[in-house]
Amino acid sequence: MSGLTNIIIKEIRELLTPSTIIPIIVMAFIFGSMGNMMGGIGEELEKKPVIGLINEDNGELSEIAADILNERAEIIYKGSNIEEGLEKIREEKATALLVIPTNFSENIYADEPGEIEVYWIMKGAGIMDSISSGVVDGLIYSIEEEISKELIKDGEYSDIVLNPTVKKETTIFKDKELKGLSPSAISGILSSQSTMVPIIMMMIIMMAGGTVISSMGMEKENKTLETLLTLPVKRSSIVFGKIAGSAIVGLLMAIIYMLGFRYYMSSLGMSSEINLADLGLTLGMKDYFLVGASVFITLLAALSLCMILGTFAENYKSAQTLNLPIVLLAIVPMFLTMFKDFDTLPLLLKIVVFAIPFSHPMMAMRSLMFDNYLLVLSGIGYVVIFSAAMMWIIVKIFSTEKVLTAKLSLKMPKFKRR
Amino acid sequence: MNNAIEVIDLIKDFGKIRAVDGASFNVSEGEIFGLIGPNGAGKTTILRIISTLLQITSGEVKVFDYDVRKDASDVRKLISYLPEDAGAYKNLTGKGYLTFIAKFFGNGKEVSEIVEKGIEIADLEERINDKVDTYSKGMMRRLLVGRALMIDPKLAILDEPTSGLDVINAQEVRNIIKNSVKMGTTILLSSHNMLEVEFLCGNIALINEGKIVEEGKPTELKEKYNASNIEEVFTEVIR
Repeated sequence: MSGLTNIIIKEIRELLTPSTIIPIIVMAFIFGSMGNMMGGIGEELEKKPVIGLINEDNGELSEIAADILNERAEIIYKGSNIEEGLEKIREEKATALLVIPTNFSENIYADEPGEIEVYWIMKGAGIMDSISSGVVDGLIYSIEEEISKELIKDGEYSDIVLNPTVKKETTIFKDKELKGLSPSAISGILSSQSTMVPIIMMMIIMMAGGTVISSMGMEKENKTLETLLTLPVKRSSIVFGKIAGSAIVGLLMAIIYMLGFRYYMSSLGMSSEINLADLGLTLGMKDYFLVGASVFITLLAALSLCMILGTFAENYKSAQTLNLPIVLLAIVPMFLTMFKDFDTLPLLLKIVVFAIPFSHPMMAMRSLMFDNYLLVLSGIGYVVIFSAAMMWIIVKIFSTEKVLTAKLSLKMPKFKRR
Repeated sequence: MNNAIEVIDLIKDFGKIRAVDGASFNVSEGEIFGLIGPNGAGKTTILRIISTLLQITSGEVKVFDYDVRKDASDVRKLISYLPEDAGAYKNLTGKGYLTFIAKFFGNGKEVSEIVEKGIEIADLEERINDKVDTYSKGMMRRLLVGRALMIDPKLAILDEPTSGLDVINAQEVRNIIKNSVKMGTTILLSSHNMLEVEFLCGNIALINEGKIVEEGKPTELKEKYNASNIEEVFTEVIR
């Protein structure tokens, strides 16, 4: 074997360890899952949207609109009563109820835009949740285009020919009727208001959690943990002292991060001009308290979990690898709640998202905006139980020699006799 | 003289590996007792068990009549353990580290007194105010010996106290250990440097493959095996 080959083989053996391979496999899996989600968007776009239609106009132009909708959408309600139509589309989980009023064609011919009333049924505020409304929006655009062509054919060349219709939108989302807003506008408002919490939560968990795991790794590497464990101090004090210290550092980091993020958002002009108070989408003191409680208890859960993982760290380097499960548990709910609303997730994903304790503060703000106290309170309750269980486990681990001897290895653990 | 430590039929298994195999020995109050053996003999495991860090598979260990299993928190009030190759918190200064430890043993003025003693033992002069991560290995060891002995523990358990130190630093640490006994501290130390143990210890136990293979005063053992030093005694015993 030549010197070069020998060195190459040695390098590969050193670099190709489970700690380097596993993160790559996990990242590939995440990208694969995201690809599937994107594929799902494509499929959704190809599907005929399910709508209801009330056509009160007998004119030629409303017929063009009805023809387009009949051809390119699945119409589950054709009647004349808005209440009845809304009930039907709610039952059938359809996307929208379109109402073409009596004077639609007449107005357009009189150089007035023809109004199309759209009652959107918004199922969730995630990216995936607004796809079907986007398809219906596309149909309305097609209607406008066809009417324009018809007007041009008739030789009418007034200004109205470019925009012959106008939408009058009402969105019904989680039992709230939001007049004058489309689902995409609401999504925009909600995401600018509620993405901050998931991102900050993810950053706190990753930073504070990483601090705890690294601190355990360094304590073991420097053998300061051995000294600490022989001092006349309760093991529970060591555990809670470490958790509290990291929680304070984590919160400080979060405040700094939040300030930077707020500045970034405002510089991008992301703040909405729509007054949320007018829409009844503001949070009261009670709501902010619940968000705070959710964040605090989740931070405790995260740090306790990190302490458990930290006991497996042999040194600072192995501690970095142990961060991976925490990063994943923070990123997965963040992406899931961005793509889909909790309410619109399939049951299995709902269970997964609920079971990950970090999901709850990420969903809390949006849930409270729509008075979904059950999800928030049950989430807090679950995370309290989870944290208590983690703390019990970590105190038990610290009471035994496992805190010193535990290590994560794909091989059988080896112990040196010294 | 009363026993500071009693180890009776101590067995410690790590999975299928038996690290300590029926070790028994006593350490009298106020003496320096040395556990001698090659690397991997089981010395550190025994010290960690006495320090309440590891659990016993079978047997019994008592420190000043306290059972290390049942009365671990009482034992911790009496001992001070210095692990081999230990470090300190790198962001603290030497004095900061001593203060951090001293706060577990006293309040207010007591803390300053303990720290002053630690500074005196470590003898790092103005470097005591520097960050620990700027210390050489010898300075770090002196700081940690200072940390271990500043509280006047009833029992100091020192694992390879001079390991990796140069001749000067090693000699200084040995002198510190000898002086601490005069203050009433009992010392249990481990070493694979048999000449050092011969110089320091009143009684020694030779350990090999987890078993105590010989025990006694260095002079008596040399006489018994007709050897000129403990190294020769050890070679003779395990032959």
